[in-house]
Amino acid sequence: VKWLWAGLALLLGRGRRRPAPAVVERPRIVPRRPPARRGENWVLLLLVLATLAAGAFIAVYAIDRLPAQTQLLGLALGLALAFLSAAAVVTARWVAPVEEISEPYSEAEHPAEQEEILQLVEESGERLTRRRLLKLAAGGAGVTLGAALVVPVASLGPALHPDALRRSPWRRGIRLVDSKGRPLRLDDIEAKALYTAFPEHMSHDELGSPLVVVRVDPGLLDLPDGRNADDWAPDGVVAYSKICTHAGCAVSLYRAPLFEPTSPGPALVCPCHYSTFDPVTGGSVLFGPAGRPLPQLPLEVDPNGGLRARGGFSGPVGPSWWGVRRQ
Amino acid sequence: VIRRAVRFLDRRAGAAPLLRKALRYVFPDHWSFLLGEIALYSFLVLVATGIFLAMFFEPDLSKTTYHGEYGPLDGVQMSKAYRSVVDLSFRVKAGLLMRQTHHWAADVFIVAIVLHVWRVFFTGAFRKPRELVYYVGIVMLMLALLEGYLGYSLVDDLLSGMGLAIGYSVAMSLPFIGGNLALLLWGGPFPGPPSFEPRMYVAHVLLLPIAIGTLLVLHIALIVARHHTQFGGRTRTERRVVGLPAFPGYAPRSIGLAFAVASVLFLLGGLVQINPIWLWGPYEVSQATNGAQPDWYLGWLIGGLRLMPGFDVTIGSYTLIPNAFWGGALFPMLVFGFLFAWPTLERRVTRDDRFHNLLDRPRDNPWRTAVGSAFLTWVAAVFFAGSADRVYSSFGVPYGPQIWFWRVVVIVGPVAVFFVVRRFLTEVKREEAGPVPAAGADQL
Repeated sequence: VKWLWAGLALLLGRGRRRPAPAVVERPRIVPRRPPARRGENWVLLLLVLATLAAGAFIAVYAIDRLPAQTQLLGLALGLALAFLSAAAVVTARWVAPVEEISEPYSEAEHPAEQEEILQLVEESGERLTRRRLLKLAAGGAGVTLGAALVVPVASLGPALHPDALRRSPWRRGIRLVDSKGRPLRLDDIEAKALYTAFPEHMSHDELGSPLVVVRVDPGLLDLPDGRNADDWAPDGVVAYSKICTHAGCAVSLYRAPLFEPTSPGPALVCPCHYSTFDPVTGGSVLFGPAGRPLPQLPLEVDPNGGLRARGGFSGPVGPSWWGVRRQ
Repeated sequence: VIRRAVRFLDRRAGAAPLLRKALRYVFPDHWSFLLGEIALYSFLVLVATGIFLAMFFEPDLSKTTYHGEYGPLDGVQMSKAYRSVVDLSFRVKAGLLMRQTHHWAADVFIVAIVLHVWRVFFTGAFRKPRELVYYVGIVMLMLALLEGYLGYSLVDDLLSGMGLAIGYSVAMSLPFIGGNLALLLWGGPFPGPPSFEPRMYVAHVLLLPIAIGTLLVLHIALIVARHHTQFGGRTRTERRVVGLPAFPGYAPRSIGLAFAVASVLFLLGGLVQINPIWLWGPYEVSQATNGAQPDWYLGWLIGGLRLMPGFDVTIGSYTLIPNAFWGGALFPMLVFGFLFAWPTLERRVTRDDRFHNLLDRPRDNPWRTAVGSAFLTWVAAVFFAGSADRVYSSFGVPYGPQIWFWRVVVIVGPVAVFFVVRRFLTEVKREEAGPVPAAGADQL
């Protein structure tokens, strides 16, 4: 037996030292196909082109003062990627050995393992006697801890104080100024034009500040009950919040009648969803999705002819929420 | 070299069996299966270009005065966020290329996802056992829409501000909680304190990309677990999947597609202008521009908002539902509700609880295809209604009558399409089944 082992070891040792070709050929995985010289040539060419285009990208980047640098960069990089893509596609179509393989779809389910998992859970819990009570306690702890972790979200904003939504800087006596801070005078307001006004010395960047001011024919005015023309529309000049009550965009279009007998009446239009408001009837909705009129600002004229607010808006400014109509 | 690399990996990670299996993973082949891959590769371009942009963008709403390369804005007050994007476009080398490619990639990403959802819907690929893959995909679509919206809202140009005002109004319009929710999200009444910008920023560059990336991995893992679906054929049955092996057959194809997607996106980013923010100017609450349109994938929401007639639902002085809710919140809820409910609904209605590895052609199931077409018609009609203002400014068709036309189409269109499609496909199916010997032929 000893000799036999020694002989075997010798044989194996010899086998290991012998060069590879003598080893029995393993069965192929990928089928043998003839050489693909043409495909190979194309791939080589495309790779060279991709290299050139990528180089061009570096060159365009490095050379300043090129006109249309963005376009050239995009073109160079795009072409480099396109050549690489073409090389990969040629490889797929003409170089890689074509074969079709198949395998069975995986099993629908594993009933034995399913059962084992259930068994595992059950056996692990056998020592528990008051399961319902434990579930209740764990549930209570989980829910309360979850709530405790969620509560700090309230720090994000004044969610519990929705009265912040009613904020507007306009008070009686505040002067109307334009975007550069120059006071607006009654005589400056021409018919068929739209003016944007802000409260003097206050932020222009909150929903409660910007106004649209237009001059309409005083004879057409038909304001809602409780708004008399002298206090709300001196000489036919009316002021409304510029923020649409639908979705908060600036009402920045004015459809002024060009030919009174046939044109539709004047209208303030929001360019986001084309809510259309009537400046003659206190900002009521003529068309479009707004569900509530534009809030109107009462006006007075100071001794210098300047426009001032006579009070606050007729309603809350900006997009509507559940509490918007509560007075 | 390959032998050494394989040996290294196998000895350290025991990876050889897995790798061996992965290389021969079977990919059934059909052009429509590439739509999901286009989305995947667009996502990679988005991440790559996005990382570049994040190096230059300042998420800061504090004001500054612009003095830079772009003359027309000289001396204009603007946020540092907006200025950093203008500078990124004019001052940073290759900055504009990256920004425009990022924007194009976002648009293509969502096109690819939407077409992919159509494919999956109309071929019944969502059926058992692949419902989870489908749900994860729909969640990714929702996140992608939000991610795109936040992306262009960050810039603080006039259009982004208008979009945010609308988003704020839709949040406000939710019944019972709207005002509170909007105050919570924005940190105060619109446009909110400067801290609002970092909130959007962290969501856009961290939370949502990680969420999408994680779901993407889950999506693919679930597909691998159940294998890909396939169209039926001689050897392609419910039990055996037939196709190309991952290597060497499929890998070069997919790599080719990846480079092709990246190529198209960079060519678009370099050669076709998109969102020239320097023309819009910085956002101010008192300004808005006419003919404004969001990126295409939010067109259905602007359409929904524009189509609704103007009314709020009120009880006395209590406003139950402000108008922006219908188009901005209820409409997308119905659309995604339908998409989520469909697999269960179809299983219930058809009482079909079997496993499906073979795909339907759309004509194989006239009922499903008709419902899907009607649903698509509904969403498409709302989508096109959203561009009525551009039709007015380009062709002079009055806006009001257009809106009334679409209001009718939104209701009549889906019903008509349902019956036409079902009838047509039933006929096609009958003809395909072969010439049926006419029963009455002999008697004539």
